[in-house]
Amino acid sequence: MSVLHVTSPHVRKPMTTNAVMRHVIYGTIPGLAVLTLLFGWGTLINVVFGSLVAVAAEALVLRLRNRPILFSIKDGSAILTAVLLALAIPPTSPWWITVVGILFAIVIAKQLYGGLGSNPFNPAMIGYVLLLISFPLEMTTWIPANLTEGVAASPSFSQSLALIFGSVDRTVIDGITMATPLDTFKTYAGNDLDMLRSASVLQGSIAGVGWEWVNIAFLVGGLYLVARKIITWHIPVAMVTSLFLLAGLFYIIDPDSYADPIFHVLGGGTMLGAFFIATDPVTAATSNKGKLIYGALIGLLIYVIRAWGGYPDAVAFAVLLLNLCAPTIEYYTQPRAYGHKKANSGIAKS
Amino acid sequence: MSRQIWDIPGGIHPAQNKIQSLQTEITRADIPAELVIPTQQHIGAPAKPCVEVGDKVLKGQVIAEGNGFVSLPVHAPTSGEVIAIESRPIQHPSQIDGVCIVLKPDSNDTWGARHPIDNYQSLERNDVIDAIRNAGIAGMGGAGFPSAIKLGIKPGTKIEQLILNSVECEPYITADDKLIQERADEIIAGLEIMQWLVNPQETLIGIEDNKPDAIAAFKKATANNNIEVVVVPTKYPSGGEKQLIYMLTGKEVSSGGLPSDVGVICQNTGTAYAINRAIHHGEPLVSRITTVTGDAVKHKGNYEVLLGTPVDALLAQAGADMSAASRLIMGGPMMGFSIHDASVPVVKVTNCLLAPTTEEIPVPAQEQACIRCGSCAQVCPAGLLPQQLYWFSKSNELEKAEHFNLADCIECGACSFVCPSNIPLVQYFRFGKGQIRKHKSETIKADHARERFEFRQARLEKEEREKEQKRKARAEAAAKKQAAKKAAALANPPSDASGSPTTPGTDDVADTASNATKLKSAWASATKRWKDAEKALTIAEKNGSDQLEAFQKKVDQLKAKAEKTKALYEDAKTSAASTSPSSPSASPSPAVAPVSNDPMVQLKQASADNFKAWKDAQKKTQEAEANSADNLEALREEEATLKAKSDASKAAMKEARAKEKEAMQAKKATEDPTKQLKLDAAIARTKAKKALKALNSLDDDHASHAALKAAYEKALATADNADAALKAAEEA
Amino acid sequence: MTDDLSAVFSLVSMAVLFGSALGYAAVKFATDDDPIADQVDALLPQTQCGQCGHPGCRPYAEAVANDEDEINKCIPGGEDTIHAMADLLGKDFIPLDAEESDVVDVPMVAYIREDECIGCTKCIQACPMDAILGAAKQMHTVIVDECTGCDLCVEPCPVDCIDIIPEKVTHTTWAWPQPDGVGITPGQLIPVRNIA
Ligand code: SF4
Ligand code: SF4
Repeated sequence: MSVLHVTSPHVRKPMTTNAVMRHVIYGTIPGLAVLTLLFGWGTLINVVFGSLVAVAAEALVLRLRNRPILFSIKDGSAILTAVLLALAIPPTSPWWITVVGILFAIVIAKQLYGGLGSNPFNPAMIGYVLLLISFPLEMTTWIPANLTEGVAASPSFSQSLALIFGSVDRTVIDGITMATPLDTFKTYAGNDLDMLRSASVLQGSIAGVGWEWVNIAFLVGGLYLVARKIITWHIPVAMVTSLFLLAGLFYIIDPDSYADPIFHVLGGGTMLGAFFIATDPVTAATSNKGKLIYGALIGLLIYVIRAWGGYPDAVAFAVLLLNLCAPTIEYYTQPRAYGHKKANSGIAKS
Repeated sequence: MSRQIWDIPGGIHPAQNKIQSLQTEITRADIPAELVIPTQQHIGAPAKPCVEVGDKVLKGQVIAEGNGFVSLPVHAPTSGEVIAIESRPIQHPSQIDGVCIVLKPDSNDTWGARHPIDNYQSLERNDVIDAIRNAGIAGMGGAGFPSAIKLGIKPGTKIEQLILNSVECEPYITADDKLIQERADEIIAGLEIMQWLVNPQETLIGIEDNKPDAIAAFKKATANNNIEVVVVPTKYPSGGEKQLIYMLTGKEVSSGGLPSDVGVICQNTGTAYAINRAIHHGEPLVSRITTVTGDAVKHKGNYEVLLGTPVDALLAQAGADMSAASRLIMGGPMMGFSIHDASVPVVKVTNCLLAPTTEEIPVPAQEQACIRCGSCAQVCPAGLLPQQLYWFSKSNELEKAEHFNLADCIECGACSFVCPSNIPLVQYFRFGKGQIRKHKSETIKADHARERFEFRQARLEKEEREKEQKRKARAEAAAKKQAAKKAAALANPPSDASGSPTTPGTDDVADTASNATKLKSAWASATKRWKDAEKALTIAEKNGSDQLEAFQKKVDQLKAKAEKTKALYEDAKTSAASTSPSSPSASPSPAVAPVSNDPMVQLKQASADNFKAWKDAQKKTQEAEANSADNLEALREEEATLKAKSDASKAAMKEARAKEKEAMQAKKATEDPTKQLKLDAAIARTKAKKALKALNSLDDDHASHAALKAAYEKALATADNADAALKAAEEA
Repeated sequence: MTDDLSAVFSLVSMAVLFGSALGYAAVKFATDDDPIADQVDALLPQTQCGQCGHPGCRPYAEAVANDEDEINKCIPGGEDTIHAMADLLGKDFIPLDAEESDVVDVPMVAYIREDECIGCTKCIQACPMDAILGAAKQMHTVIVDECTGCDLCVEPCPVDCIDIIPEKVTHTTWAWPQPDGVGITPGQLIPVRNIA
């Protein structure tokens, strides 16, 4: 008879990488649901469509790289990338936006760097930033949430399909689109503030119409991940706290030109970024101390870019910039090993 | 009065699976048909067998002695007869056999002389420690470090805590648990001996809260003394020595240091029990409690097993269905080793034998890419970053791995346990550690080699110098003599005018002879240079070089030089020949060979003698040729016959040797086909290489070129064949 | 005029300042490194086999240090040594200058088939490590611990009784192999021998 000759340990926790990815995808469900409720079926269609594109792209590149295809696709990381990207782009983006973004994310940002585990940058955010820079118009065109006064209802399923796959004259939707609250804030700082603030909470004007619900939904999904021990609390907490504190500071100094902290925390892609994007393990710092620094710096950069930068939202840029710093943070935040007086830091001298 | 418990970082909570083996009392395992006792069951040098095959031994008798300070003796686990001392499979991940003493029990289990120490307090501490050493007691928790060394603290070291490690945090294992439940008093007695030996400020027993019965037993046994039972929360790997020390005292053993550096000594439960048996009963360590468990085993439980009992005997007694087992693990599921041969014996450190089914412990999933999730770093009890260590070990960046404290990894397996990507992290770390070790030993070896080489160089130079000096001294002496003679000759006018030529002294002969050899080599090198130059010239000619003339000149010069040296050499030789005191004798006296009865040796001797005789003859013939001596013909003839003789004896020898070799190979091949094949392949390859070298050193048009080439090709083919055979064998 | 002067003055004073700072640093932080040849020698495996074309490791190290030879000649050292030398000397890595068949990555030792040895002492003279023990007409043997497997004793043996064989792996020299990597199930199925 034959038995297995293998190194200890012989038992393992049943959590697998595939399960990790799956749980993260589950975690996005509340957010996805709210987005669908508020903005119609567009996001859901993008998620499904994007996943298909991502799997196809991944398979193709794996084939070209001569790697086992099924093995890598099964880990679910490509689908997760597609889901995150689809959640970040406007629900009515034409199909080619999704295709371009995902191809870039999967092929260039992930596989060309060596595939899962070797990519220095968050692929979904690379795709997002590429789109934002290349197609600023499409990427900032959001239809208003159906909670907004005067907006009848979000597009129906067939309308969404038509919007995405382009059989509709897109100028039609231009009539009903409007800038996102963050965008509004940036463009009309001062003038429209009162208007933004006048609406009631239920109608969602803490952070712009509908957006606080989106963020709260992502927060719920994120808490699920923390509870399942898929992610630790460090990065989201550090990121949201630093963003909140910074926004609060400037709000106290000059409430007229700076938005209030709640607006920042529940506005734009803050929660999606905090729980789902910044926590992408491959590109983040791993030690607890490192995670705190990493998260806090992302929060800081988000605020800086939102307040003084050229783009309305900043999660993607902030995350990518910190991806760049993650290895350095890692080097200087090693935990102290048992039996050592000091923690090691820096790289080995050779 | 609850004592502070420090919490270790990380840690995991694998399924305990301990109840299965706790249902029955400790069972005495049967004496097997054969006991295989490895000479190395501890850390340190293996013991030296001190019995012979055929010896009758009694239970507890020393059968192998400790070999050095870090070593332990081995005792006969039962009475019987030593039937072999040989290499047998033992438990080692390398699957390499180790030296074992094989004992055939006589089933009487008769004890030899036992010397209990009734009142150890009246003895010197060192004597008690020696008694512990002589009882062969090693740490029984897994590492197997000789206990006596741990207890023999340096004088002046103050021990603050003596800790008994009863944590037993590995899943499945209940050997200590059961031992405590049934024999707590004896364990405490052993602990008291240690207490007396190291005189600690406090004595603690660390035990996990998942063993209520054992805790109760300990509480009862320690009611009347100053030993404190400290219950720690269940968490793997709190039973690691360093981890337990930290949990109970808050002290960290510094990296690379010993617990006694921080005033702590930590001993295992089984060790305390064994010490008690050794001191109070005079029984050396010949058996231990081993948990036999896993779903493939019918009668799960704890067995008191004689050391050396083969695993299959134990499994058979426990009713294991090996066809249902997915692996066979010696030790626990977290740190145990899978074993490759069911005949490996139970040794001093074997606390568990695990035969799980596939449902229980499935085949590991495929390794996936590290997603840097950091789970491993969260659970590492040593505060390491396994994902970084993994990366460095994988890419062989050993320096960085060392910088990230790879050496502090205790190989607990917590990181592999949680890794979602199924990365066998511990194996990467073991690999990395092995590479670092190898590197270090290679560096040491290289340094050593350099030293030896330099030393040899120096020695050769010195010898050369000495020779030179001697030669000079001789030359001077000769010159003096000459001068004296001349002076004498001048002083005494020649009595006979013709004057007989002075017989040159032996020194002179030697001198001229050595001169001749020197000249010969000079001649050879000059010729070579000339030839080289000529070659270069032809090449230059072919390429139409514009320095042809210069080349030509050089060649001419070299040629002249070569001829000159040749002439010189010839001169020297003739003079040497004429001064040589003994004339070349026609028949060389055969070397007197010591007569031996071994035909092989005789053949060899004969062949060597004949070879020498032929070579001598050849030399003479050549000399004669050069001097165009008149007895050339005769010499040539003789050479030819001698050569034939030498060849014949050589052939005979070769044949005999081949036969012998064949026999040997056949024998070896039956023993281990791949090993022999590997050897063959290596030999064939060396031969081919050698042939190639020889081939390359010859010109294309050389007479023996073709022959050599054929030989080379043949050697190559043999090597290929050997390789192929090896591969085939390996595949099979 | 004064402008020119001040420019010249400031330039000169800056030159003096930086020059002295550099000079000071050079003295203060001077590394008392071994001469390069020593450092190169430290990287070589000290097999003393001469396969690089030099009579031993030290001479090769000197040749490399003086730029008289390439860094890819050491066959026993293999690629690791080339990498190490390339790092040390700031050169580019170049592949090993050897036939693939010449490269053995396992440590080798010489083995004398003792029953065939005629005791000619030729191998003793050839051995650069003094690792062969024996006397005229006596059987010779290799001190395995000292042998570097350099192959130099094979050639001179008149009866061809020396083999270069892979060093035997023992419990102490054995090391865990590297796992096979991503996509492969760790461990291997092995037949268990002597199962009841
Ligand atoms: S647990 Fe595994 S996948 Fe996660 S960081 Fe550690 S090694 Fe990588
Ligand atoms: S095996 Fe080593 S690295 Fe892994 S958790 Fe244990 S101590 Fe840490």
